[in-house]
Amino acid sequence: MEDKRSVLRVENVTMQFGGVVAVDNLSMEVFEHEIVALIGPNGAGKTTAFNAITGVYEPTNGAIYFNDNLVIENHPQGKMKKNYAGRNMGKYEKIIVKTPDQLTRLGMARTFQNIRLWKTMTVFENVLTAKHLRRTSNYFTAMFHLNAREEEKMRQDTLDLLKLVELDDVKDELATSLPYGKQRKLEIARALATNPSLLLLDEPAAGMNPQETVELAQFIHDVREKFNITILLIEHHMNLVMDISDRIYVIDFGKEIAEGTPAEIQSNQKVIDAYLGVSEDE
Amino acid sequence: MKILTKKSMCNLALVIVLLIVLVCIELFAPATSMWFSVLRKVFTFSLAAVSMNLLNGFTGLFSLGQAGFMLLGAYTYAVLTIPTDLRHTVFRNYGDSIFNFQLPLVIALICAGIVAAFFAYLIGLPVLRLKSDYLAIATLGFAEIARGLVQLQQFGPVTNGPDPINNFTAPKNILVYAAIAGVCILIIIMLIDSTYGRAFKAIRDDEIAAEAMGINLAHHKRLSFVTSSFFCGIAGAMLAMCNTSVSSVSFTSSMTYQILLVVVIGGIGSVSGSLIAAFIYYASSEWWLKFLDLETFTAAGTKIPLLGPGFRMVVFSVLIMIIVLFFRSGIMGTREIDVYGFFCKLAGKGKAKKAQEGGAN
Repeated sequence: MEDKRSVLRVENVTMQFGGVVAVDNLSMEVFEHEIVALIGPNGAGKTTAFNAITGVYEPTNGAIYFNDNLVIENHPQGKMKKNYAGRNMGKYEKIIVKTPDQLTRLGMARTFQNIRLWKTMTVFENVLTAKHLRRTSNYFTAMFHLNAREEEKMRQDTLDLLKLVELDDVKDELATSLPYGKQRKLEIARALATNPSLLLLDEPAAGMNPQETVELAQFIHDVREKFNITILLIEHHMNLVMDISDRIYVIDFGKEIAEGTPAEIQSNQKVIDAYLGVSEDE
Repeated sequence: MKILTKKSMCNLALVIVLLIVLVCIELFAPATSMWFSVLRKVFTFSLAAVSMNLLNGFTGLFSLGQAGFMLLGAYTYAVLTIPTDLRHTVFRNYGDSIFNFQLPLVIALICAGIVAAFFAYLIGLPVLRLKSDYLAIATLGFAEIARGLVQLQQFGPVTNGPDPINNFTAPKNILVYAAIAGVCILIIIMLIDSTYGRAFKAIRDDEIAAEAMGINLAHHKRLSFVTSSFFCGIAGAMLAMCNTSVSSVSFTSSMTYQILLVVVIGGIGSVSGSLIAAFIYYASSEWWLKFLDLETFTAAGTKIPLLGPGFRMVVFSVLIMIIVLFFRSGIMGTREIDVYGFFCKLAGKGKAKKAQEGGAN
């Protein structure tokens, strides 16, 4: 494991809102080609951690490295200086803030807990639009359609991508008219269109029936193989998590309480107490 | 990518037919015909509406600064195209204009656009951080400030203060208006169809998703705002040509609302909708419903009660309410004119009928 290249390294990240410490000194590392899950009970701070990683929130304290480059670093400022309740005060001195679009350009793509597709666009357009950030043409060449070759390539790549994820048969349908499972798939495909090296999935199986969940697990596996990328996901569906993850981080009340392979996590007493519970047939 | 699909061929044919009609009107209509003044207005406000649609309909930024940018465009165009020998008569209260050259029409038009775009860039820096209604109020405020500022005595040598500017180049030929509006609208359509246009639509549909997919919100909003204002400036210059005189009092916020109304009636997010609505709106308000203002108007020998000055606006407002009630999302919604699709539908219906009859037999 240690000889693998680190894709994402979260270092002592603390998120504090007012007096509430939502994420407390979280450190985690995701290596190349891994599928890592972040689990925990409701309100444990999973999505907050996710938002701090993707640049939606600025962490109150801590640093985040992406592909070994420092992308986010912050320390308590202003009022927070006095009220800061976390640890590692003074360890971080720089302020580096990246917006979500800059992080996506660096190769971090995400999906959302409540599906956020572009509603007036077709399946094809949704994926095609996500290719916008890899454009090389400027505003004027695009406006006067002088970038025909690039446009053609974008469309071809989009078609290829849709074929890979088996959505090419519905490509001209409105994104929101698809069944729920396919909308999820499309959202993942849209994230893949940005050519990411790390894919972050926020509860991909939320609201899915067991059949769809099984398909999704297979799909996530395929995505990793076909696109050769690293995946970090938040999930509540234990079957899915145990099935596909290489490693799991468990957090509760913002703190990491365990880390390990699915087998280790399942037998960890702390995790069972805080989250998994004892299943009835055991 | 094939450019000449059946669909675009049919739309091209429609444009050509309309162009022929236009040339016929220009050549054969009597000089007193209402067609001329109405069509000039229609082309002017078509461009204004389409540029507003680019911002409000395609990027989802609710801005009401159109009158302000049109004012900037109109003044720039007017000031730059007064013949040099007439300058001192126009600017008689301020000695002379500080510009002592006359630019050709096309260059002056582009200057009008650039001035409007430049101010849009400056205004956009603080204002585009705002969202929805707040953005609308801020831009509306800008338009009013611009209207007040050009009237200042200190700006006299440039803007002629509160006095109107006239005697500038103002072509009468409706084909000139059609050409200017046509070229500008074509550029906007091409923009909407490009990768940047798709990014604008993504911002309209879901800002958070757009940002997460690597679209720089501030940059793209600014691009859309500046581009829209550029074409608004040109529309302002066209309005100056229409009226043959420019004065700041005509660029009130009610003009912005007129344009907004055209956009809403046509369909927020539809270019062809804006064009159709601009025609219907200005043809009825300036021409077809004009008779309602005449007390002396008689139908079949009897005088109709209620008719009189101002009654036109009552009827007109009712018509607008009916349109908005029955076409919730405007005449076109977010669709575009599709002649080929229309004929296909007709043919399809025929076929379906035949198939049904065949089944019955």
